[in-house]
Amino acid sequence: MAVPQKPVEGQLLEGGVPAGRAAPAVIAPGHTFESVTDKISGIVLTKRTPIGWFIGFAVAFAFLMLLNLTIGHLLMTGIGIWGNNVPVGWAFDIINFVWWIGIGHAGTLISAILLLFRQQWRTSINRFAEAMTLFAVACAAMFPLLHTGRPWLAAYWLLPYPNTMGLWPQFRSPLIWDVFAVTTYFTVSLLFWFTGLVPDLATLRDRAQSRAAKVIFGVLSLGWRGSARHWQNYEVAYLLLAGISTPLVLSVHSVVSFDFAVSVLPGWHATIFPPYFVAGAIYSGFAMVMTLAVPLRKFYGLEDFITMRHIHNMTKVMLVTGMIVAYGYGQEAFFAWYSANPYEGYMMLNRMTGPYAPLYWSLIAINAGMIQLFWFRRVRDNVVLLFILSLFVNVGMWLERFIIIVTSLHRDFLPSSWDIYQPTRWDFAMFTGTIGLFLSLFFLFIRFLPAIAIFEMRTIVPEAKLQPEQRG
Amino acid sequence: MTARYDIDALRARLGDTRGREYWRSLEALAETPEFKEFLHREFPANASEWLDPAGRRTFLKLMGASLALAGVTACTRQPAEALVPYVRQPEELVPGKPLFYATAMPMSGAGMGLLVESHEGRPTKIEGNPDHPASRGATDLFAQASILGLYDPDRSQVVTNLGVVRPFSAFASAVQAVVSTQQETQGAGLRILSETVASPTLAAQIGEFLLRFPRARWVQWEPVGRHNAREGSRLAFGEYVDSQYALEKATVILSLDADFLCTGAAGVRNARAFASRRRAAGERARTNRLYAVECTPANTGTRADHRLSLRPSQVEAFVRAVAVQLGVAGVAAPELPEAAKTWVAPLVKDLQASRGQSLVIAGDGQPPVVHALAHAMNDLLGNVGATVVYTETAEARPMNQVAGVQELVADMTAGAVECLLILGGNPVYTAPADLDFAAALEQVPFRAHLSLYEDETSALCHWHIPETHYLETWSDVRGDEGTAAIVQPLIAPLYGGRSAHEVVSALGERGERPAYELVREYWSKVTGLSMQAPAPAPAAPPSGREIAPTGAAESAPPPQSQAAPSVGAGAAPAPPPIAPAPRPPLSPFDREWRRWLHNGVIPNTAFAPRAVTLQANFAAAPATGGAAGSGLEVVFRPDPTVYDGRFANNAWLQETPKSLTKLTWDNAALVSPATAVRLALASGDLVELRQGSRSIRIPIWLAPGQPADTLTLHLGYGRTRAGRAGTGTGFNVNPLRTAAGLDMLAGVELVKTGETYPLASTQDHWSLEGRNLVRVATLSEYDEDPEFARKLEHQPITDITMYGDFKYEGYAWGMAIDQNVCTGCNACVVACQAENNVPVVGKSQVLNGREMHWLRVDRYYTGDLENPDTYHQPMPCQQCEAAPCEVVCPVSATTHSSEGLNDMVYNRCVGTRYCSNNCPYKVRRFNFLLYQDWNTPTLWLQRNPDVTVRSRGVMEKCTYCVQRINHARVAAKLEDRGIRDGDVLTACQAACPTEAIVFGNINDPDSRVSRLKANPLNYALLAELNSRPRTTYLAIVRNPNAELEAGRAADESEGRR
Repeated sequence: MAVPQKPVEGQLLEGGVPAGRAAPAVIAPGHTFESVTDKISGIVLTKRTPIGWFIGFAVAFAFLMLLNLTIGHLLMTGIGIWGNNVPVGWAFDIINFVWWIGIGHAGTLISAILLLFRQQWRTSINRFAEAMTLFAVACAAMFPLLHTGRPWLAAYWLLPYPNTMGLWPQFRSPLIWDVFAVTTYFTVSLLFWFTGLVPDLATLRDRAQSRAAKVIFGVLSLGWRGSARHWQNYEVAYLLLAGISTPLVLSVHSVVSFDFAVSVLPGWHATIFPPYFVAGAIYSGFAMVMTLAVPLRKFYGLEDFITMRHIHNMTKVMLVTGMIVAYGYGQEAFFAWYSANPYEGYMMLNRMTGPYAPLYWSLIAINAGMIQLFWFRRVRDNVVLLFILSLFVNVGMWLERFIIIVTSLHRDFLPSSWDIYQPTRWDFAMFTGTIGLFLSLFFLFIRFLPAIAIFEMRTIVPEAKLQPEQRG
Repeated sequence: MTARYDIDALRARLGDTRGREYWRSLEALAETPEFKEFLHREFPANASEWLDPAGRRTFLKLMGASLALAGVTACTRQPAEALVPYVRQPEELVPGKPLFYATAMPMSGAGMGLLVESHEGRPTKIEGNPDHPASRGATDLFAQASILGLYDPDRSQVVTNLGVVRPFSAFASAVQAVVSTQQETQGAGLRILSETVASPTLAAQIGEFLLRFPRARWVQWEPVGRHNAREGSRLAFGEYVDSQYALEKATVILSLDADFLCTGAAGVRNARAFASRRRAAGERARTNRLYAVECTPANTGTRADHRLSLRPSQVEAFVRAVAVQLGVAGVAAPELPEAAKTWVAPLVKDLQASRGQSLVIAGDGQPPVVHALAHAMNDLLGNVGATVVYTETAEARPMNQVAGVQELVADMTAGAVECLLILGGNPVYTAPADLDFAAALEQVPFRAHLSLYEDETSALCHWHIPETHYLETWSDVRGDEGTAAIVQPLIAPLYGGRSAHEVVSALGERGERPAYELVREYWSKVTGLSMQAPAPAPAAPPSGREIAPTGAAESAPPPQSQAAPSVGAGAAPAPPPIAPAPRPPLSPFDREWRRWLHNGVIPNTAFAPRAVTLQANFAAAPATGGAAGSGLEVVFRPDPTVYDGRFANNAWLQETPKSLTKLTWDNAALVSPATAVRLALASGDLVELRQGSRSIRIPIWLAPGQPADTLTLHLGYGRTRAGRAGTGTGFNVNPLRTAAGLDMLAGVELVKTGETYPLASTQDHWSLEGRNLVRVATLSEYDEDPEFARKLEHQPITDITMYGDFKYEGYAWGMAIDQNVCTGCNACVVACQAENNVPVVGKSQVLNGREMHWLRVDRYYTGDLENPDTYHQPMPCQQCEAAPCEVVCPVSATTHSSEGLNDMVYNRCVGTRYCSNNCPYKVRRFNFLLYQDWNTPTLWLQRNPDVTVRSRGVMEKCTYCVQRINHARVAAKLEDRGIRDGDVLTACQAACPTEAIVFGNINDPDSRVSRLKANPLNYALLAELNSRPRTTYLAIVRNPNAELEAGRAADESEGRR
């Protein structure tokens, strides 16, 4: 079989994990190189697309069309179709931006940091987590552009390019930092994801039956032949990209948090924001990975690859980062009191008792209260419950951004300018539309690309630990 | 190059040569085109181009053509219109340089002198005329907004007869025919119904008509007239007189439900006079004291040191009690409510302590007897001749308008009226409901309506004649104190139209005559100056005719322009003398006429004080409002922005937040919070108000300071035929308003409907939340510590920047706003809107918090909900030196100028709104949608050409009127000098009746603004944020009466318990 083979360092790997109270295995027993490759490539190369895929894609695509409609209306009419006003200049637009960017963080964390820490369990989830990152960043990146009053100008005026006006962007503005942070993040994530895909694309090329698939996968696999030299270059490139991505995990959301922390607004002007935002990003990102992984393993029968080990680990990461976020809420409240700043004090009081108090308390209930369930093994073992809880976490993190952005803006310094913010149907259309975009891309991804890294999975089957001469 | 070479051929070539043939390569040898090209290219690229003689030409041709074509593509599509350049450019007209013409705005029986800015023949902005006593350079919001009324696309545009378009001549002959049939009955069937006329010419014209038809009747009807004041003066003195107040001389003022600072023809003048004793920079010892008794919270009450909130039925009793204490003869002391009792003694003591320097003012909404009592009290206090003088009335023919309109309706119903000519006004909408004017009108066989709009009255008339706006016609008008001014047109009538002068003249035997002639004829007659010019030089053409504006005023000479108004203008050096062109001699009248037009006032026309004698026993009549009965009481008031409904289609006024309720686009029934709690009402609840068989539906709005069980209803809304802005906005309250209860009504029943109605308020929050935004002290507290305002908040450390402060070398613009004198009248808000092309957004957008006003007036309450202290805080851009908005803009669309202005570069703005989010004062405004009207041609004319018209997606904000600064800069440079203090007046500052807003160069220690900023009361808002605003505020010093203050403090502490 012409399957490319990765040189194996068997000593470093530990395929079998002791049973009992210890964590479950990262791959179910009984798998061989062939079974792994067959299973994963079969999802892509099958001629019979499951009917469920069509249904799911159709729904997602309908929302994608809603997004197109909304953007069209937005460009023709202006952002007044949303509920934004003065004082609430930012609302759903920036909430969604921060939410999507945050979700994107899990992919990079899993693929880069866990790789560097040699966490094997990342192997089966990293590919689709990275794809999720890309798609989430794509959704996110739409908002900074479309939330402007004149996106056709913002599209390039925020970039530093030489021009006859002799004007540069204003480098003191956090929005410019955002532009750099997000574009860098997207570029590096894309490269990282694609580099990781190359060996698998070659596998698909070799296994593809149809001419079109052979050509497309052939072009995409960049002439990969699986030689030792290829593997050597691949490993170096992958590690380098992991190294480049690692600081991005921390920097991107720190920069996003500067959008708020740099301002003078009570509720935004806080030094705790960067770490608190990064933790929140990883928290929400893992929740989204969980949201995607649970149905994926169920419908495609991937329980052998995405095992309870993964589920447990992701839950634990969510627990840790969720607790950091909850600590952040505590600190916000503490400093509002401790600073004795009347504006800060009022801001906190307004969050807790003002018109948006129900949202604030929902957020606290989810992000500080509900996640305590993750302490329990019985909860961690209940996949359906975890799926539901992960949806709640996504909602909770969205509410967090709503609370930070809207409640800080709607009542700031001068009571005369206080107002209320109410989203319009177009706000919801835009938001659900980006979810449609995200899911559409994701459906296409699981249909046309290997959702789990085949070659990396092969490194963790027991067979990989055998010396070549031991193999049958 | 891998060309294959024919080796044999090369050999043959080499063989052909003689001597040594040098070759470098096979290519060289083969002389391939590639090689030749290569050789060629060894030279500098350009040099080789010159080798081709056609290249340069082709190059130039192509470039020329592409330049020309590029120019073509850059053109916007031009409308196919004929351009008519000036054949002879008017002498004074420099394109781009506005001219100012003096005129006057007539309204409700008095006029206000104005200077109108005109750009190339388009009036764009209204300023007050500093020479006119009713203005003194300032205006009210109605005058500011009237410029939009001129360009209103909904104004009626054609003469119609029963809906069919007819020429004016058809109307003229029709009305002549009707009038001539009345010859034998001496006009018994003729009636003229007008608004209150303050034009001497028009009054004389109608007078002439009445001489011809002695049995004809002239009725005036003004829905917000001074009916009570008139009857009050007749009650007290037996004749109609006007009271002129000298508030600058008054130390103790008692206002009896009078909003004398903000409403009425004298509002602007009164406000300035009042402010002169109140300024932060003024002499503290001269600070006046204002006691205000109010039936509904009004702007005057917000400036009062003591405010007493009384139900309408209680005011007269209170006045009688005060009068008794003061010793007015023949008045019985009635029963008083508890709150008022504590007031009387200290008040009377205070009034008596300032004999000759006190003043009692009765409000127009109070019954005649209150006015008469006020006259008596002033008399007793020795104020007559000091703080109040009596003159004849500004309106040409004072009459009992209510009786007049009642009589007219009776005549119409009886069929006695053959022909009714309605000159202006909208009586079908405004006449008292019990008269059923509309039904009576239907009985008249010939009815014609002259009006700016085709309104409710026009719909019921046979003829409708479009009226000219006051900026389109010649007329004249008296100010409230008598000074006459010529109303001169700024532009030819936009939609044709006739003035009242012309329509009345069409009734005469000589037929229609231009208003210009009529006005001149009248004044020539009155002044006795001859219009006959001395024999002119033979060949000289009559002056002015060639450059006369076209249209109705065909024979009019050019209007007389003035220099731009400015404080320092008086000191301007005279322009270099130019040898005058030979001019035809002017008639004695014309010489004066030109001066009148130039100055905007006719000198020596102010009324002389008039001696009056108080009648005896005028107050013997029983108290009218005493029997309150059950149910609620209602107070009718003109709306603070749309007045009696005449401005209903003025979108600027519709969107101006009413200064106390902050409502836009609607009126509501105001109720006190306590009453609302008692009746379980909330703002926005739609209720039905019933009295007898009459009822209206209206939403509720909670108004702190409103007396208990009293509803205030504002007139002017619920119009059915107003235009696109006014039709269907708000609720018509006129159906409850009867001839007997024009101002107040008792026994009203309130029925909840269970429905709610969205009301668009621009300020939802009442309270200061304990923040030190408005800083207030009493006079004694101020004496203890004049710097109290600064001590209320942390002062920022100024020099902690790493970079060092920017040094403002030349000018450094700054503003100081004296909250002591701000009455919240909103003139500045509308002035800003007019000056800066600020768009109107409509009710739904205001509901969404997207109003665009660059300058807003914040209103805050402190203290007791039922009788709070109210403060106004005008809030333009604070022009922070360390502006939080600037650092966060990603494209540098908002930057700092070297003079300290926080500039906004609209072209660069991409609309992230981050600047607005980071603005602590929230003064930035964003074009969420395309708010600017780009499609209505008449509105294009109104726009200020010096200010960019902003489009969708762009942030905008107050610029300190940078265009005015630049005009002043140009003017100063031409004269080789610096900009002097007072050369630049921002639009808000110029309009402000009380001069609360002062703008200038803070680098100049002698400028007015610098002196104000040096005042101990000066403080910066949110200074603790270290934004270093250039706009600062002067803290308020109240001057309460210690005796009453003690009672108030006790009340408050009781309330807290």
